[in-house]
Amino acid sequence: MSSRTFSTGGIHPDAKKLTSAKAIEPALLPEQAVFPLSQHIGAPSVPCVNKGDKVLVGTLIAKPAGQMSACIHSSVSGTVARIDSVTDSSGQRRPAIFIDVEGDEWEPSIDRSDSLVVNVNMAKDVIIDRIRDAGIVGMGGACFPTHVKLCPPSGCKIDTLIINAVECEPYLTADHSLMLDSPDQIIVGIRILMKTLDVESAVIGIEENKADAIELLRGKVRMVSGIEVMPLAMKYPQGGEKQLIEAVTGRRVPPPPALPASVGCVVVNVGTAFAVYEAVAKNKPLIERVVTVTGDSVSNPCNLKVRLGTSVGRLIDQAGGLPQDTSKIIAGGPMMGRPLLGTDVPVVKGTSGVLILSGKLAARKEERNCIRCAKCVEACPMGLEPYKIATAGELGNWNVAEESWVMSCIECGCCQSTCPSRRPLLDWVRLAKNNVGRIIRERQSGK
Amino acid sequence: MSQKLLISTAPHIHCGDTIERNMHLVILALLPALIASFIIFGIGALVVTVTSVVSCMLFEWLISRFLLKREKCTLGDGSAVITGLLLAFNLPSGMPLYQIVMGSLVAIGIGKMVFGGLGNNPFNPALVGRVFMLISFPSRMTSWPVPHQMMAYSDAVTAATPLGLVGYQNDSLPSYLDMFLGNTGGSLGETCALALLIGFAILLAFKVISWHIPVTIMLTVAVLTGIMWLVNPSVYVDPLTHLLSGGLMLGSIFMATDYVTSPMTHKGMVWYGIGIGFLTVVIRLFGSYPEGMSFAILIMNAIVPLINNWCRPKHFGETAK
Repeated sequence: MSSRTFSTGGIHPDAKKLTSAKAIEPALLPEQAVFPLSQHIGAPSVPCVNKGDKVLVGTLIAKPAGQMSACIHSSVSGTVARIDSVTDSSGQRRPAIFIDVEGDEWEPSIDRSDSLVVNVNMAKDVIIDRIRDAGIVGMGGACFPTHVKLCPPSGCKIDTLIINAVECEPYLTADHSLMLDSPDQIIVGIRILMKTLDVESAVIGIEENKADAIELLRGKVRMVSGIEVMPLAMKYPQGGEKQLIEAVTGRRVPPPPALPASVGCVVVNVGTAFAVYEAVAKNKPLIERVVTVTGDSVSNPCNLKVRLGTSVGRLIDQAGGLPQDTSKIIAGGPMMGRPLLGTDVPVVKGTSGVLILSGKLAARKEERNCIRCAKCVEACPMGLEPYKIATAGELGNWNVAEESWVMSCIECGCCQSTCPSRRPLLDWVRLAKNNVGRIIRERQSGK
Repeated sequence: MSQKLLISTAPHIHCGDTIERNMHLVILALLPALIASFIIFGIGALVVTVTSVVSCMLFEWLISRFLLKREKCTLGDGSAVITGLLLAFNLPSGMPLYQIVMGSLVAIGIGKMVFGGLGNNPFNPALVGRVFMLISFPSRMTSWPVPHQMMAYSDAVTAATPLGLVGYQNDSLPSYLDMFLGNTGGSLGETCALALLIGFAILLAFKVISWHIPVTIMLTVAVLTGIMWLVNPSVYVDPLTHLLSGGLMLGSIFMATDYVTSPMTHKGMVWYGIGIGFLTVVIRLFGSYPEGMSFAILIMNAIVPLINNWCRPKHFGETAK
């Protein structure tokens, strides 16, 4: 029997998982840690420390500004050097807190022991408060605050929790290495989430190329009722929320603004489940994460456990330094990651990888006429017509773009990476999406 | 840090596909038919093909260099070679050279370059050239050399094609095996069904095209001619003869599947294929031409923008309750 997957579109990029067999190593502590105030969707957090303040590992340094915002904690101990701006992975200068590192002293409330907490007897509200106070956001890259996800709109009956362990982006192995490293903690985290959502069943969706993780987790969940490990056929972008829900349950989330909750599902990344365990059972806020540092010319590609705020350059040094033929540094994977302007960019909550591409791989080729080969239409996992939306974007025909469902685009990049004419399809689609989104907001506020 | 970094948005990798790769694979898939045409029609097939390909490439270069004044010539993409090959495959092996050159000019000039070159042409360029020649040089375009005259060119002995015999001398049709191997009169590249099917297999294996267009055309033709044959077998010939004769294989595998002039979704491709099959049968059985493939494809080319509007892909979740 062939494994399940989603039905519309999708591509099969070369997986290039250079680091799948590598255990997680601790990253070196930075000399200065930088915490951008925008590490989540929603409004930037508000600093609650001042220049010169002493902080410990786990000290709250910025408070959420609104429902969709999140807490930020210091991942290092030391002194607040300044509150300034830093160029983050978006390429923009954004406000950030700079902390000079002195020693490594932790907040005493954090349980740093290795002992596994198996039973968590807390009320739902208390758990959600802990998750919010720990500053947990979706760690797959979307950075949606997890406590919001755990309070689905009333009227939506949630019956399935889906754990996203797909990691369909080429090169990245952060989730894979975490599953091999801490399977027990992840399963306790999943049980905490199930309890919070009041669901009887959880499904861990993993792509088949991670056979060792599938086997390990299957062994662990044998004794746990309600959790199933489901191997999925390899296909990008299976880690997309809607694609994963369809692959696992066969249900299709309606077009925006419908949420996954409308088909009874909540999807949480496996790294987030681990962070939930640490927050709830160990009282440890989100201060570190696994980052894959990789690339074809990197001498020592590795999976590192990194304190948030560490600069990307420091991780690259630990992986053997920046290769001579480097032409592009990417935060995230090669399909959806963001190009970095330099190596000073700090690791944030959503940074799953640092990918270094060499000249040949990174350069775009000259754009040619669309030859109407329809490969983009075939590849689009949302059933859109990328060639048409891109042309509408190029010409500024926002009406055509809106009628062609541009707002459903998940920006996975399948269209552009298959186009034989090398059209920058996604660039134009994004432009159209931004403009149509603005027009829709204006229309709604004008009512 | 000493290096300069490239900044461009995601996706950062590409599957490696290019226009050239697709075009070169189509040329590769046309080679079996080219070899077969040489074996069947001899030196004439080669003369016609070389003339057509060279003049198509020359006109593409001249037009883009001197009329459109483009700095970069698109000759390298291989599409002019394909147009030249397909035009030649649609001609009898005894065509005079000047007529082929004129046909090439119409195919490349009026069929493609006036619209802005590859990607913008609404009609299949080779068919535009072929239909121009059929109307302008009707007698030469229907003088079909008899197979196996290796050294003959314009002096070849000619005879009727199988489809030309239909309705007049149904009992003198060639055997299925002869039609499958191409031992019949006809345009030089269309007669050998075996070679064309090998080409189809190559196109499918390298995922240059999907099966939808060729298979629906062939099925539609088989079903419609089958019905007519069952109704009155003394007037109408059997579906297998229709499938193996005329330009049906060449047209459905190589001409109707042209990226630029075919629909963008599988659903659209199926309707397009049904349309071509239907029109072909209507022209073959009731029209004044024995062969209808070229006209059927050109007519359906014109409808492709409408098909694209009717047959849009199923938007994710649209049908969910």
